Amino acid sequence: MDDALFEYALRMGDTTLVLSHRLSEWTGHGPVLEEELALSNVSLDLLGQARMWLTLAGDIEGRGRDEDKLAYLRDAPQYRNYLLVEQDNGHYGDTMARQFLFDTWHYFLLEKLSASTDERVAAIAAKGLKEVAYHARRSADLIVRLGDGTDDSHARMQAALEGAWRFAGELFHDDAVTRQLAGQGIVPLHAELAPHWENHVRGVIEEATLSLPPVQESRHPAYAGGIAGRHTEALGYLLAEMQFLQRAYPGASW
Amino acid sequence: MAWLERVPDPEIPVVSIVDLGIVRAVHCEDGVCEVTITPTYSGCPAMRAIEDDIVNVLKAHGMTQVRVVTRLAPAWTTDWMSERGREALRNYGIAPPRERAVDISGIVRRADPDVPCPQCGSMRTRLISAFGSTACKALYRCNACGEPFDYFKAH
Repeated sequence: MDDALFEYALRMGDTTLVLSHRLSEWTGHGPVLEEELALSNVSLDLLGQARMWLTLAGDIEGRGRDEDKLAYLRDAPQYRNYLLVEQDNGHYGDTMARQFLFDTWHYFLLEKLSASTDERVAAIAAKGLKEVAYHARRSADLIVRLGDGTDDSHARMQAALEGAWRFAGELFHDDAVTRQLAGQGIVPLHAELAPHWENHVRGVIEEATLSLPPVQESRHPAYAGGIAGRHTEALGYLLAEMQFLQRAYPGASW
Repeated sequence: MAWLERVPDPEIPVVSIVDLGIVRAVHCEDGVCEVTITPTYSGCPAMRAIEDDIVNVLKAHGMTQVRVVTRLAPAWTTDWMSERGREALRNYGIAPPRERAVDISGIVRRADPDVPCPQCGSMRTRLISAFGSTACKALYRCNACGEPFDYFKAH
């Protein structure tokens, strides 16, 4: 089996799955109905993408693990999602700061992955890219509205941005997996995404009258490790809820 | 294909899955059918129901074996929606997707597309919410007749 591609498909699958679950926690708790509908729909798009990535991972592994087994029967140290997406929702500004930083990265990544030399990767990415472009534009819009809003929303948005910022650096981290796959033209080096990401993020942040935190503050090694299975406390609670039914009633189905 | 033209979309029953552009290929021989479909949105919850409906309809017409294959590439686009499908949406009160002249790609924010009101035809409409009752729709309101309405997004 192709170990590197299996790992990478897990990273993409776990990252979209965990963020999808986080966003679904807003269902029934949104600040207004329209925002709740939007986050629920973004969550659904990400869940669909997660299913495709995890199915691909299971196919590559070839040991009979399907999307459900991979989602429900692994513990936190086996999860390969980025730390940013597992962080608690906080208030709406916190959620949108996390979403904006993520969507922007996701967009530039999928744009590259849709030109992958692996047909399966390219197909999933091209499908997701259309959805993610819409997510990214919407979350940028919210950052501007909240940043360039009232004094209170401005202050909260700035604090939210600084809170999410320290987890952004991991998105651009390269290791043996990405280096090997980049050599085969299957994925881009993640470091190469950083200039595009920073450029877009800076433009939106300025329009939102917010201040961009120093880039080096997003690069502290303590705030990385998710893709190697070293997670923050937040993931364990998330999995405890998401996996409860399959853990308590193994094999239960509709 | 004609049989599948009578399979409605589970969430928008006035449009068939053929008119939506979901059915990409049908191959039947000696009672054995293979139908290739493409998902609209990655997380569209209706896809499972659509697969079941395809199997049921073809079996009702005497096909003994039906296989539904999902194809991701090329990705589904609203450009594949038929004129008949667009008309049916409009009559149902959902504004159909604008033509591809509306740029839907890219990350740079832009003005919301101008969408004519499906009730009174006025162009004096505005976006209320980027998402409506399903992932494929946005919510608009008409400033002329005052009606809120769904817009099936160009995708």
